Amino acid sequence: MFMKSSDVAENLYKTHSMPYENISEEIVLNCQAERIFYGDFLAVRDSSVPILKNQITGFIGPSGCGKSTVLKSINRMNDLVHGFRFEGKILFHNIDIYNKKVDPVNVRRSIGMVFQQPNPFSMSIYENVAFGLRLNRYKGNMDEKVEQALRGAALWDEVKNKLKNNGTSLSGGQQQRLCIARAIATEPRVLLMDEPCSALDPIATRQIEELMVKLKERFTLVIVTHNMQQAQRVADQTAFFSVDISQGGRTGYLVEMGPTRELFENPKEQLTEEYLSGEFS
Amino acid sequence: MNFKNSGNGEPLQPDMLERRHFEVRTLKSIVLSSITIFAAVCACLPLFSVLIMLIYRGGKRLNLEVFYSLPPTAFETGGGFGNAILGTLFMIGLAALISVPFGIMAAIYLAEQGHCSRIAQTARFCAKTMTGLPSILAGVFAYAAVVLIMGHYSAWAGGIALSILMLPMILLTAEEAIKMVPSPMREAAYGMGCTPSQAMVKVTLPVAMPGIITGVVLAVARAAGETAPLLFTALFSDYWLHPNGPTASLAVLIYNYSGMPFENQIELAWAASLVLVIMVFILNIISRAIGQRKK
Repeated sequence: MFMKSSDVAENLYKTHSMPYENISEEIVLNCQAERIFYGDFLAVRDSSVPILKNQITGFIGPSGCGKSTVLKSINRMNDLVHGFRFEGKILFHNIDIYNKKVDPVNVRRSIGMVFQQPNPFSMSIYENVAFGLRLNRYKGNMDEKVEQALRGAALWDEVKNKLKNNGTSLSGGQQQRLCIARAIATEPRVLLMDEPCSALDPIATRQIEELMVKLKERFTLVIVTHNMQQAQRVADQTAFFSVDISQGGRTGYLVEMGPTRELFENPKEQLTEEYLSGEFS
Repeated sequence: MNFKNSGNGEPLQPDMLERRHFEVRTLKSIVLSSITIFAAVCACLPLFSVLIMLIYRGGKRLNLEVFYSLPPTAFETGGGFGNAILGTLFMIGLAALISVPFGIMAAIYLAEQGHCSRIAQTARFCAKTMTGLPSILAGVFAYAAVVLIMGHYSAWAGGIALSILMLPMILLTAEEAIKMVPSPMREAAYGMGCTPSQAMVKVTLPVAMPGIITGVVLAVARAAGETAPLLFTALFSDYWLHPNGPTASLAVLIYNYSGMPFENQIELAWAASLVLVIMVFILNIISRAIGQRKK
């Protein structure tokens, strides 16, 4: 019943490349990070990443290149880190989310996040999904909304008979899909995913990848991934980050960004080419 | 019979791997194991000997009458310590009412908001010092702060003295419990758009709750047995609970009656000890049950 992984890759590629030409090029979120600090440590510099609506933008690059830092800056999760400082702008529907008047809580309510480790709350599956709805004081039919979110995350059929079970009792891949269901239940404009498959096995990874391609019809996705093939399979746009050690520190920066196919087949920068070929040789 | 290292060349003999019972190595191991077992048994010995003693001496005087009667006068027979049980419960309840909300809220601040702020560090240092505070000093403090101002001994003063003892214990255990909540869970809450207080109330506290309750119950159990802080604050009374006046408690009753020359009072002191130990015992069992409850 399982497809061979090469078939899946091909299917995914088809689904993502076919409507490729017709996709609107509206920029929903424009991240212009000039400098990001953790205390005195300059973690990221000069990284301007436009995020296009209803597309998947992939962040790739070696470890420590700041791709997760940039991602977490987009919904101000880094505010929780002591000593974090962001210089630059992130324009979300033309509002700078680092403006002093902006409440990070409101930012996170419209820019959802899925983390590297599945992190369901220690409560029932149903309550996990309803959590965000209750936060937003959702008044409509909760059952319907929960089912819709679980279906959206391709988890409904597996959990519909055990919605009262604790979310932490699911398997890793199911937990991650539960986290996705939880994130999409509130219909965020943008969904950030920080290496969402790195803690999962290949089958669960495949399911999540299929899910991502499906989700981009309704949401705008940004994913960080260590896996080149994954970026090629799912991302419409790819941003390649690298580490600059010339100044003595380890500062990440954006090397280049473009449509995934172009970037992989015809990189503009020498560094990108070296990194990509190094990965595949 | 020494075990000889055979080296790599010699083939392995079948008996080489067998246990040799009379070798020095084996004997040493047996002796050391026995010492640790002996030490572990010794650690339980005091509790069991106290329990046996209490059941033997206090058990025969323990009947329903002691729970609802007032203490007897000098040569009277019968009587009990109903007022002391009531007084202990009242003062512990009052102490918990003060120290539980303060302790938990302070713990939330320490664990969540001010990891390294000066206020947090100072508070943590004070709490750690206070756990080692001789309990009699809590009594002296409450005497100066409450008794002298009110002008008389009271259950209120006793409760306040006990709450001073309980507060640091509750604060430190609750902080530990909150810190034990996995941070990915907290991040998830923030990622969903929780305000810090929503994240605390909806996600962190429910997970930390068993640990917090365990700390509270242990603090209550400890306070229940304290005598010194009550000597200066609640004193003792032969009458039923009256919060504005001197109040009886089990601990002080044991202290007073054990030194009396009357057989009846000494027997009551033993029975009261047994009741107190059973109360503490039950509280400990409750805290264990809560701590081990699977979510």
